[in-house]
Amino acid sequence: MTEVTELTRPEGEALNSKEVLLNLGPQHPSTHGVLRLVLELDGEYVKRVDPHIGYLHRGTEKLAESFTYTQIFPLTDRLDYLCPPSNNLAFALAVEKLLGIEAPIRAQYIRVMMAELARISGHLLITGALPMDLGAMTALLYVMREREMIMDLMEMITGARMHTSFCRVGGVREDLPDEFFPKIREFCEIFPNRIRDYERLLEDNRVFLKRTQGIGVISAEDAIDLGLSGPNLRASGVDWDIRRDEPYEIYDRLDFNVITRTEGDCYARWRCRVDEMRESMRIIEQCIDQMPEGPFQVDMPTIAFPVDKERVHCSMEALIQHFDLSAYGFNVPKGEVYSAIEAPKGELGFYIISDGSPKPFRMKVRAPSFVNLQAVFGVTNARYLADMIAVLGSLDPVMAEVDK
Amino acid sequence: MSVELSLNRAPILERFGETIEDLGTAHGIDVFVVPPEKIVEFCRFLKDDPELRFNFLSDICGVDHYPETPRFEAVYHLYSLPNRWRVRIKCRLGDPPEVPSVTPVWRTANWHEREAWDMYGIRFQGHPDLRRIYMWEGFEGFPQRKDFPLRGYKDKLNPFGAEGPPPTQPDLATREIP
Repeated sequence: MTEVTELTRPEGEALNSKEVLLNLGPQHPSTHGVLRLVLELDGEYVKRVDPHIGYLHRGTEKLAESFTYTQIFPLTDRLDYLCPPSNNLAFALAVEKLLGIEAPIRAQYIRVMMAELARISGHLLITGALPMDLGAMTALLYVMREREMIMDLMEMITGARMHTSFCRVGGVREDLPDEFFPKIREFCEIFPNRIRDYERLLEDNRVFLKRTQGIGVISAEDAIDLGLSGPNLRASGVDWDIRRDEPYEIYDRLDFNVITRTEGDCYARWRCRVDEMRESMRIIEQCIDQMPEGPFQVDMPTIAFPVDKERVHCSMEALIQHFDLSAYGFNVPKGEVYSAIEAPKGELGFYIISDGSPKPFRMKVRAPSFVNLQAVFGVTNARYLADMIAVLGSLDPVMAEVDK
Repeated sequence: MSVELSLNRAPILERFGETIEDLGTAHGIDVFVVPPEKIVEFCRFLKDDPELRFNFLSDICGVDHYPETPRFEAVYHLYSLPNRWRVRIKCRLGDPPEVPSVTPVWRTANWHEREAWDMYGIRFQGHPDLRRIYMWEGFEGFPQRKDFPLRGYKDKLNPFGAEGPPPTQPDLATREIP
């Protein structure tokens, strides 16, 4: 398969009777959103592929230039809508680097725990959605059951099921509620067995194996060349995880393994994610065990709302600062920062240029799905149209993040 | 391991000392300003040098400094998987902005450059397929430029847009995309 350069033909030239141009999408259940693939088919073989994206383009980066830093959090939620806490965390870290502050330890634990819950939620979807694309519907239904549990946990913490917007610059919005801890312990107990259930459902499913093993192989060199990151890269045998290699927040205090596979095929990518859920589970357990008491937000009235709301009611200065903060935001010192985290899909980076005002001068999102989707140009062994579906499913692009 | 302490800049400065500008370290990442005509050579050196091995291209993006000059910037973020170093390369570009494409060095640059072209109108010379990627074909203007209104221009489909005619960019409408 080669990369398409120009699909439009000169006028008057008929298509070769054997070749068919197929328009897959934008509305197609197996494109995971609004992705349009223009495929040039020779019989059932895919000769060329040309992804058209942009149907969900909302101009996040342009919008961010007119928002204050706190207002941008809801925008980041909508990038990878399966795991908003990761996106919030990535953005908060970038701004905190610019400000030269760090969130209190308890807030860091809360953020990491939520990011890992989100990672499970994101990986769960592909655990079920890839088999569904290939015709095994059952797994998706079970997976949704567990995602519901995570949604409930999120709702308990933040009040929102999907778009949590829980991070703030310098901490999180509020502390964890007391009733959360027994619930998360219960989840930790149930969930590892459920992972085993999915494995039992699919590991020996011969149709699933036939359609994923050895299909859509991406070699390690190609994967790096194509800029793949996250589980997609690790499935090709490249041992790179930002959580371990450039530890942010409290990841250096946690003990977890980086899952790698060597095959680089669709099955390896699926398998990587299933195993990563186990590691995330371990991280969450460690977070709950190690979580210290303390503030959940920095005590800086110019950046964060006062932890003690009473101050606002009693002191004129606190009231003014509170109003100022909500109405105008806070100034961020001049500078540039690129900060990347290991989001469920791969390297999620925020490049922010600040001109000293309360709004970013430029915000660039390095969206992992956007880059990962390019890998459809690098796969081998995916000759049939049906293999293309497996490849797309295993690359796990979230179109909202691709289109930003 | 801290990133800023480990990047070995000696081989870079030794090879390109005169032509590039060293902006030092900003928030943990070393920044170099490279003239546009040197960018491919510079990237290839960073990628192939046995000591540096910046084999992973994280990101390419455009920046518009309107109304300052030079108006545009192309910013490259590189990562070295073996060394775990990051580096930022900047290319300052005039108007209209043009810079050679780094697609021969990394294939992943393809879509990043298409995005920068779509949003900022930065023309990447030698790019194999420089089409718009987010906006539709036939869209006029480059939406992330600072002089492009946030809500777009007013027309039949966009009653809330800014008044005034959209910028006519004849080079975009008629010129063949390379």
